Formats: sequence, structure tokens, C-alpha cells
Amino acid sequence: MPNVMLRNNAAGELIFYITKKDHEETVVALEHSGPGPWGGEIQLADGSRFYLEPFAQTPKLPLTVRVKRL
Amino acid sequence: MTMNRQETEQLIQEVLEVYPEATGKQRAKHLMANDPSLEKSNKCIVANKKALPGVMTARGCAYAGAKGVVWGPVKDVANISHGPVGCGQFSRAGRRNYVTGHSGVNVFTDMNFTSDFQEKDVVFGGDKKLAKLIAEIDTLFPLVKAITVQSECPIGLIGDDIEAVAKKSAKDIGKTVVPVRCEGFRGVSQSLGHHVANDSLRDWVLHGRDDDNSFESTPYDVAITGDYNIGGDAWSSRVLLEEIGLRVIAQWSGDGSIPEMQTTRHAKLNLLHCYRSMNYISRHLEEKYGIPYLEYNFFGPTQIAASLRKIAAFFDDTIKENAERVIARHQPMQDAIIAKYRPRLEGKRVMLFVGGLRPRHIIGAYEDLGMEIIGAGYEFAHNDDYDRTFKELQDGALIYDDATSFELESFVERLKPDLIGSGIKEKYVFHKMGIPFRQMHSWDYSGPYHGYDGFAIFARDMDMTINNPCWKNMQAPWKRASTEGLQLAA
Repeated sequence: MPNVMLRNNAAGELIFYITKKDHEETVVALEHSGPGPWGGEIQLADGSRFYLEPFAQTPKLPLTVRVKRL
Repeated sequence: MTMNRQETEQLIQEVLEVYPEATGKQRAKHLMANDPSLEKSNKCIVANKKALPGVMTARGCAYAGAKGVVWGPVKDVANISHGPVGCGQFSRAGRRNYVTGHSGVNVFTDMNFTSDFQEKDVVFGGDKKLAKLIAEIDTLFPLVKAITVQSECPIGLIGDDIEAVAKKSAKDIGKTVVPVRCEGFRGVSQSLGHHVANDSLRDWVLHGRDDDNSFESTPYDVAITGDYNIGGDAWSSRVLLEEIGLRVIAQWSGDGSIPEMQTTRHAKLNLLHCYRSMNYISRHLEEKYGIPYLEYNFFGPTQIAASLRKIAAFFDDTIKENAERVIARHQPMQDAIIAKYRPRLEGKRVMLFVGGLRPRHIIGAYEDLGMEIIGAGYEFAHNDDYDRTFKELQDGALIYDDATSFELESFVERLKPDLIGSGIKEKYVFHKMGIPFRQMHSWDYSGPYHGYDGFAIFARDMDMTINNPCWKNMQAPWKRASTEGLQLAA
């Protein structure tokens, strides 16, 4: 269950940052990307996958959340 | 002689042959030939890993990262080196992070506060001593705005509760007291110290004025983060930002102060120079206060112009026009500098081995002078630094992560660069090898190198180092092939 920070970069891509590891990766697929629920399964550019408990609404980024490694 | 990727790979193999097999295998992962088309570094280089036993690394410790780098330059803070006396004394006032003010009155950056641990403190704990010390500092230096407790190794080993002391003392003296858990043995390099110090700023300092809205902000407020004002760097950056119409409300942490840090939340944009040591707090400022951060580079006219335009793009048209005007105003002066020094430096080959941002940031400044970077490496970078480096370096350039002294010397022997930029630990080794050298941590007692004004100094320094006549006299006269020296003597 790593703590990660989600933010949009200048190009508008969603960036996934694992705080403890100083590891930054682009999100290539997000299961629920709003409008409505936001979150679910996250696929990163390096192939790894995580699960984020979906929010009811699109949250304000950047945001620190806990995710589950899949 | 510019090497292509195969030649560089071959050089790496040849240098690694000396190591025992296991060590060679580990070190191979830290060395590579540059490929500018790469986006991600995690497949091709390993960074931020523990140095191997038996090799000589240039890295520092977490205490160096927290006390020396991040907390050290804050001018109105008394940094207590909590533990034995040496760590504080040998890191005192050596980094040339300039400040305005009067030492011992309202500026404390060049002083050494220490709890001077003795055997009895290790045995019985140093908490009482620390509380007494904090009270003493408050009495002797009433203008101290905050006191930090920078832990040295023994504090973590004996398990002193500096957080409890800090909380109690803060109440007693009515000032911010920050416990910093930066024991030297933590992590693999000073990089963790940066992180620990950033976290301590976040947890103990940043929110100090959140309910005080007396600060009048303007739409043009910016903060400079990750500039430690080495030789006056932050000042030569600041004048440029002010010239384009922005107002710098905080400097982190060169010539910075606690009130500045606490009012940073009013900034509209956070300008991040050293990504490695301050990205943590920048991310937090963005999350908590919604201040976006922007990485910029103030080394060399090309990068400065690009960065000024990038910064101005965040603001309205007046700022954009101002930026163009400022660039145009400085261009003739910069052209004159380049016209003067470029013929003397054109084609010179440089190797860099510095800390967390300079191996990539100063490349532009060297290229403005027609010089070529044939090798670059970081002492303590992480993979995100290498992601940013590939694009800046030429194809086939040598990249070395946490190079050991053996590797660095072997690479230099083989590549024969015209200039090396690294730190004091490397300086005299390469001087003895007869190679011009500049300390790129502290600008070799010169500086500033940031900004347009800094570039003039940078160009002069590089010229006077490389073209110094002493390099022609590295060989003893009687060993020279020609008899020129003997004739002179006779």
C-alpha cells in the first residue's frame, strides 16, 4: 500500500509519484477517469498496475493517496 | 576526439575489468553511454544505491544533506549540531552561501552551535543537555527566529527523544524548535538528508503563519526554491526576476529566513532550481497551497533566455513583454562575452562530476562557450535526474553514477579532457595529473555563476583555468624532449 502523489504535469498527463521511492511514472490508463467516479485500476507506463479506491467526483490534484499494488 | 556509443561502452568494460567479478557487475549498472532518445532511465542506469564496500565514493551523509545543504543557509536559524563536535565544526561556513545581515546578531549561518557530546552523554542521554543548550541560545541570541536540532549519528544510536525536547523547549522559549532526524547513517547519501530536511520544514515550519493573512500579496509573487546563494547565485537570479516585473517573496534557502518560508504560500509560482534537494517541499506546496512549481535553469544565456520565457508564460502579457525586453537588453553584453572567450575555449572538452543538478544544468553554459561535455555524472542523483540528463548530453557521452575515485581517474586518463568540474576531494588529484580543474560545488571560491551577470564570471573563470600558463610547465625542464628549457636556464 504505497503512498503516492497524483498530479498533472505541464503536458496534462497524469503523473504517479511514489514518495518513498522518488519514482515518477506516467499513468497510461485510469479505469474511471470521470465525470462521475474517479479512480480504480491504474496502469503505468512501465507496465505496473495499482488500484485506487474510486472517488465519487474528480478530486482536485495534486493529491496524496494510498494505493494497492496489483 | 568524440566517442560514439560503442567506444564509450568499450571504455567502460575496460575500466571495470580491474574489479572483482561481483563488484564489476554491480558497478556496470551505474555506468553507461548516453543515448539522447531515451525517455526513462530506470531500464539503463541504476542510481541512488549504496556504495560498495572497498571502493572510494565521493558521497556525503544525511547530516550533510540536511544541516549543510538545506538548513544551513537559512540565515535567522541557529542549527544545533546535536552530537560530537566534529560534524558541526568541519561543516561550518565552508559552503559560501552568502547572506545579508550581521553575524551573531541576526545571522547565524557561519556559527557552529553544538552539544559537544562526551562519553557520559552517550551513556546517560543528551536530552537534558539539549534543553539547556536551546535555552542558552535563546538567551544569548534573542533574534534567532528558530532553532533546529540536527542529529548526528549517536543520537539515533542511543535513541534520544529530540522531538519531545523540541516540543517542550518550543513552549518554554516561544519559538519554533525543529527536530531533524538526519543521523548520518540513514540512507545511502546526502540525498536522504535533503528529504528529511524538506519533511521537517513541512511538518514544523511551513504552516507557522497559516492563520495570519496580514501579508499583502500581488499577482506577481514568486518564490525561488533550491537556490542556496553560493557565491551570491540567488541574488544574481533574483535581479533578473525582478527586472521582468516579478516579486520574489521567498528564497529557499540561500539568504532565506523563517518568515519568508512561512509566507511562501502567497506565491503564485514556485521556481525550482535544484530539483534534487527541494522537489519534496515543492510537491507539498503544490498539493497544500496550490502553488505550481516550474523547473528553470539560469546557467548561460541560452538557458536563461529559455527559462525567462518559460517563467513569463505563466503570467500576463506585460511580464512576457518585459521578459523579451530584458533578454534583448542583456544579449549584446552576452554576445560580447562570448566573442571574447569563445575563441579561447572553442572545442575544449569537459568532464563533470558534481551533485544533484549541476551536471545537467551547466551544460548549456559550457555549450554557449563552444565547449563540449564528454562525460557527466552525479554523486547522489536518483533516476528522475537521469531522465532529465539524457536530453541535455550529446550522444555517446559517458555517464557515471556515484563514480568511484578509481573509475573517475581511469576515465580521465583515457579521455584526457581539457577541464574537469568536480569537488574539493577530486581537485588536487587531477591537478597532480596535470589537468585544469574547477570546483563546481562552490565555484572554486568565485561566483556567482547564475544569471547573466554570473555568466560573465563563469566564462572568465573557465578561461583563466584552462588557459593558465602553468599547465605548460607540468613536466620538469630536464625531462622535456626539447632543450628549450635548458637553453633558457643557461
